[in-house]
Amino acid sequence: MVRKIVLILLFFIYSIEKSHSQDYFPENAGVKTSNQPYNVFVNASIIVSPDKKIEKGILIERDGFIVEVGKNIEIPKNSIIHDKTGQYIYPSFIDLYSNFGIKKAERSSSIGRSSQYNPNRKGFYWNDHILSDYNSINDYSYNHVKSKKLREAGFGIVNIHRENGIHRGTGSLIALSDRHTDNYRIIKSKSTEFYSFKKSINSAQSYPTSVMGAMALLRQFFFDIKWYEQKKSNSKDISIEAAIQNKNLPKIFDSGGRLNLMRALKIASETNQRFVVVGSGLEYLDHKRIKSYGNTIVVPVNFPKPYDVSDSELNEKLSLKHLKEWNQAPSNLSVLEKNGVDFAITSKGHENGSDFIQNVKKAVAYGLSEKTALMSLTKIPAKVLKMNQKIGELKKGFYANFLVTSGPIFKEESVIYENWVIGKQYVLTPNDVVLNLDISDEDLLEYLEKAESAGYSIEELKKIAKFNGLSTGEIKILGDRLSNAKKELELKDEVLNKIEPKKKFPVLPVTFPNTAYGFKELPKYSNIVFKNVTAWTNEEEGILKNIDVLITNGKIKKINKNIETPKTHFEIDCTGKHLTAGIIDEHSHIAASSINEAGQNSSAEVSIEDVIEPNDMSIFRSLAGGVTTAQILHGSANPIGGRSAIIKLRWGESDEKMIFKNSDKFIKFALGENVKQSNWGSYSRFPQTRMGVEQVFVDYFNRALEYGEKWKNYNSLSKKEKTFKEKPRKDIEMDVLLEILNGKRFITCHSYVQSEINMLMKVAENFGIRINTFTHILEGYKLAEKMFHHGVGGSTFSDWWAYKYEVIDAIPYNGPIMTEAGVVVAYNSDSSEVIRRLNQEAAKAVKYGGLSEEEAWKYVTLNPAKLLHIDDRVGSLKVGKDADLVLWSDNPLSIYASAEKTFIDGKIYYDSSKIPSIIEEIKNEKNKIINQMMLATNGGQKLQPVVSNSNKEFTCETVDK
Amino acid sequence: MKKTFILFFISQFLVIGQQTPGTVQHESILIENAVIHIGDGSIIEKGYVGFQDGKIKYVGETKPKNKYEKSINTNGSHLYPGLIALNSTLGLAEIDAVRATRDYDEIGFFLPHISSSIAYNAESKVVESMRMNGVLIAQTTPRGGVISGKSSVMQLDAWNWEDALILKNVGIHLNWPSPYTSKKFSSGERTIEKNKNYIKKVKEIKDFFTSSKSYLPNPNPINLEYEAMRNLFNGDETIFLHANSSKQIKDGIVFLSSLKIKNIVLVGGIYSFKQIDLLIKNKIPVVLKHPHNLPSLIDEDPKIRFRNAKKLIDSKLLVSIDVTGDMERMNSRNLPFYAGSFSAYGVEKESALSMITLNAAKILGISKNYGSIKVDKSATFFISKGDALDMRTNILDYAFIDGREVSMESHQTKLWQRYLQKIRNSKKN
Repeated sequence: MVRKIVLILLFFIYSIEKSHSQDYFPENAGVKTSNQPYNVFVNASIIVSPDKKIEKGILIERDGFIVEVGKNIEIPKNSIIHDKTGQYIYPSFIDLYSNFGIKKAERSSSIGRSSQYNPNRKGFYWNDHILSDYNSINDYSYNHVKSKKLREAGFGIVNIHRENGIHRGTGSLIALSDRHTDNYRIIKSKSTEFYSFKKSINSAQSYPTSVMGAMALLRQFFFDIKWYEQKKSNSKDISIEAAIQNKNLPKIFDSGGRLNLMRALKIASETNQRFVVVGSGLEYLDHKRIKSYGNTIVVPVNFPKPYDVSDSELNEKLSLKHLKEWNQAPSNLSVLEKNGVDFAITSKGHENGSDFIQNVKKAVAYGLSEKTALMSLTKIPAKVLKMNQKIGELKKGFYANFLVTSGPIFKEESVIYENWVIGKQYVLTPNDVVLNLDISDEDLLEYLEKAESAGYSIEELKKIAKFNGLSTGEIKILGDRLSNAKKELELKDEVLNKIEPKKKFPVLPVTFPNTAYGFKELPKYSNIVFKNVTAWTNEEEGILKNIDVLITNGKIKKINKNIETPKTHFEIDCTGKHLTAGIIDEHSHIAASSINEAGQNSSAEVSIEDVIEPNDMSIFRSLAGGVTTAQILHGSANPIGGRSAIIKLRWGESDEKMIFKNSDKFIKFALGENVKQSNWGSYSRFPQTRMGVEQVFVDYFNRALEYGEKWKNYNSLSKKEKTFKEKPRKDIEMDVLLEILNGKRFITCHSYVQSEINMLMKVAENFGIRINTFTHILEGYKLAEKMFHHGVGGSTFSDWWAYKYEVIDAIPYNGPIMTEAGVVVAYNSDSSEVIRRLNQEAAKAVKYGGLSEEEAWKYVTLNPAKLLHIDDRVGSLKVGKDADLVLWSDNPLSIYASAEKTFIDGKIYYDSSKIPSIIEEIKNEKNKIINQMMLATNGGQKLQPVVSNSNKEFTCETVDK
Repeated sequence: MKKTFILFFISQFLVIGQQTPGTVQHESILIENAVIHIGDGSIIEKGYVGFQDGKIKYVGETKPKNKYEKSINTNGSHLYPGLIALNSTLGLAEIDAVRATRDYDEIGFFLPHISSSIAYNAESKVVESMRMNGVLIAQTTPRGGVISGKSSVMQLDAWNWEDALILKNVGIHLNWPSPYTSKKFSSGERTIEKNKNYIKKVKEIKDFFTSSKSYLPNPNPINLEYEAMRNLFNGDETIFLHANSSKQIKDGIVFLSSLKIKNIVLVGGIYSFKQIDLLIKNKIPVVLKHPHNLPSLIDEDPKIRFRNAKKLIDSKLLVSIDVTGDMERMNSRNLPFYAGSFSAYGVEKESALSMITLNAAKILGISKNYGSIKVDKSATFFISKGDALDMRTNILDYAFIDGREVSMESHQTKLWQRYLQKIRNSKKN
């Protein structure tokens, strides 16, 4: 049988043309000739730039650059004419974020039994994860296989770098032309700097172990650069010098996730760095905030793959959050466009080119305009690279990097025929460069075999085979001969015969947060009169029965008998119910992305405020237990921990809006087994004993004083004197410690046994300060009167003990004994489970130690408010205070009580009566998306295993992995 | 008058002997004017309980005609059967973080010959802290492996483990394998996939049961593991099936009933509400995971664990409470509050009490003697100032085990008294 074959001419051309070695290089392989003909493209629709299109235009290329573009241009005599009638020419794409051609960093082999605290490198910055002196070009080697894939995706130029380190050093701009040498392909050897929150794998240096540590490190590094630039001493730091040298390079930050994107933007604005931030594809959830920062975002389009929804029991474990993200992510770019966010598109996360271009088309199908799509792949990256006079458009003098397509590039059916890079042609899809021949099956197969060995993808082989009219069965036979392709050909074809996958589904609305139990609209002020309620005031009035409480615009306005309900308010009949102030947890680790910065024995420079996780389901569960405020503490991995965050549990709001406004600031200290690292294998970090712990505090406080003194002296100098004197180095950690010594920041200290508690009080007294709160404080009862005299409060567990050696003497009477001594006592949770029922924990103070119910209730409301210095605004029912309230079904200390409604700032954040219908809705939404997924997976798309959010049970001891 | 004085003296003496078990009941005692919670769901609003030689002799609303040597007028306090903690590791470990004190998990996979009773530490400071909350009996249970071993029933006021034994080797604990495997990431997310080894693991269980069954008729030479299965097949011991997911529960029960094993008890049973029909059909009691645990899935009703008991009890299943979870030993003293929490979410108060008294005794096979306030049963009960399921009022005046008055003192109360005194003295100065 004789068939017609489509013969492609390109894959034989792999050698590099001699004309493209450097002009001044000796030529040993032939004659040195330089007169090249022009390539002239006629009759195409030329998209010069996203907003300029020339119909039936002419484009002239020579020697890798565009000579002329336009309509009525004279065509030079020595030209090769390419007739592109009906076709389109676009500027090719630019990828700002790529690891193309870069050798991966090697993992440090020196990971020992104990953590490593010092850097490996000498003469560089003190932290091995700051690799500002590193240049990616040193580890670059052009990769022919990958370049082909990127060209198939439409890219002509990629900005490459090594993905390693917090400061990753510089990247390089590379053109994807196999037919040039590196002398031409390397467009810029130092194009941009790169940053991330992830440590270098070259070094086992422990710090930072957390995102908040990485944030602190970056801030400090930028301060150090400033200091270095004007310092007078002679010491050298190669890393800082490199950073100074590269100061004017554009900076790209690989954030690595939705929340980390906001964190990178925060660092950018604080340090005045115009970071271009690489996102996660979930930017649609934060577009307003992103817009307000104004930075350019680099957005991947590797939309989540459908989950394997074939097992119904497994499907129940899929969380709504993941299902929704699958459903919504394709609309990401169109949301960003509508809201005016400046963005570039990256192929990050894509293994092969056709998937990438398919997903960009999908984004267009979901509402992204073709113009913006093109902008974000050409002009915007060119501008970021400060190369917008050379690349990204098809103008005279620009690089001849362009695509020839069958039609408008983002139309579903369009294909890219050719990708020209620096004036060299690469054919992607067989079209006009074909010869029609009559050939036999045998010849066809032979041809295909050759094509396969030349590196053709299955997709291409199949196209060729289909084009030649081979049936499915024949393709299978073909498959047998095509060793690598065999399995895939068979599998794919079978699936292809089924229904085509659906391309677009209705997008579900975003909720706040975008998880189960998220709000469709954020809660607004409820102006309410609670009628006939039993009100636990926590004030002199005590517990008032049959009273009315009126709240307006977030504040308690009236507590009285028989309040007349104004027209602006609605009434809740609360007969038999109890109204209290919201519960306050002095010690919690919910709602945080990381808890410990364990890389050093002091980490005062880190702050939990940097890593609040506003989507943590623990927030909602805690609201369901009547909690309205919590202090999110750093863990207890080191004697001087990080700064804490006091938050109101405003479910649905951003991390920033959860922070308790204008409150005093706190820091976590810790004592005992954890800081000695007794219960895990670490034997190298000071301190290993309680004796050493004392010295850590004394040492750091002394250093802070010395630091303060330096600044004081410097600041007292006259302007003239300052020019001669060295300006002290700014040190974030020391600044924080100085705040403590100046009474501007307060200590909450994790503590268990009396000896160390006594010690810390003495250390503090010697430095003229007071510890604010001892938390855990399980042996507080042994020195309660000393605590009282020192003026420190105790935030303890109701009845925990025996979980480690230092709590062997913990007793449930601890709270009441401290109360008897006059200490302000609170019960805390330190647990995402216990926080949901702190009312029960308070009731244990009645059982053990015989506290009155009124006093016991203060253990979880007014007393923690006092310890956090926020009792002027929350913690009791008093006119003028915040309407942070809980309506209980019963006496809140009763085991039979449950929170019915929880208010923060007079807004209702939890309503138990709504839960059954919300659960029903969650079920329906899940079913809807799972059905969409089933339709989508008919096309044989790759699936991913079911993902679930497990409970994050952070305690003091949790260290990031 | 004289008698009261002596009584006072005795109780002071008991206070000193913190760990010293109460002496054998040598005089008959009548409890007067108590709210009597029988344990079977019923209640006597104001009544009398008489007991002698460790046995209950009288329960009623009116004063008995018989003379008692001693009487205790409770003035309206509440009398409850001693609470029973199921599936606990009390006495098998002291300090969680200190490995040397941990004795509940032996190495190996099929260990029916392991018996927890002999490792039980009668002097445990954790155990003594149970008594003042009314927890007087516990099933001490080994952990780990596929078959962890055998549990025994202990009373919590004894000189040594032999003294403590109520019933040695109640049954065998089988941990059903998980049909799913999950991989956890630092982000808090995890991927869940079908466990590829599930069928293999289930087959290993089947093989073990079949092999031991075929061994039993000809036990020569003796095989410790197989021999230990004899009483299970005889019907003298119970199998405690530890399973939580719907599939685990179903597969486990179908397997065990196919072997004609009579006494099956489901332990954990977080998703047992999905297999209610199967549980009813096979009359399988459930030792339900206590409610002070987080939901397993992020999207679940935040209160799902609290609501679990009602669903089962409404279906007339026999339900008790499993005390496992975070810091389970020390927290076992919160057993009454676990029941109270279930009651807050729909279970009627006296039914909630039955979960940790009569139901538990039935599950352990000791209900002839324990679990409710009935004539001829053991005098194992306590008297609380108020509702014992509510922490505000769970304040004990007395507790008796087999008629012996039990000390309310512990390491913790001793420290309390010493340091309270210290504070008060320092205030005087």
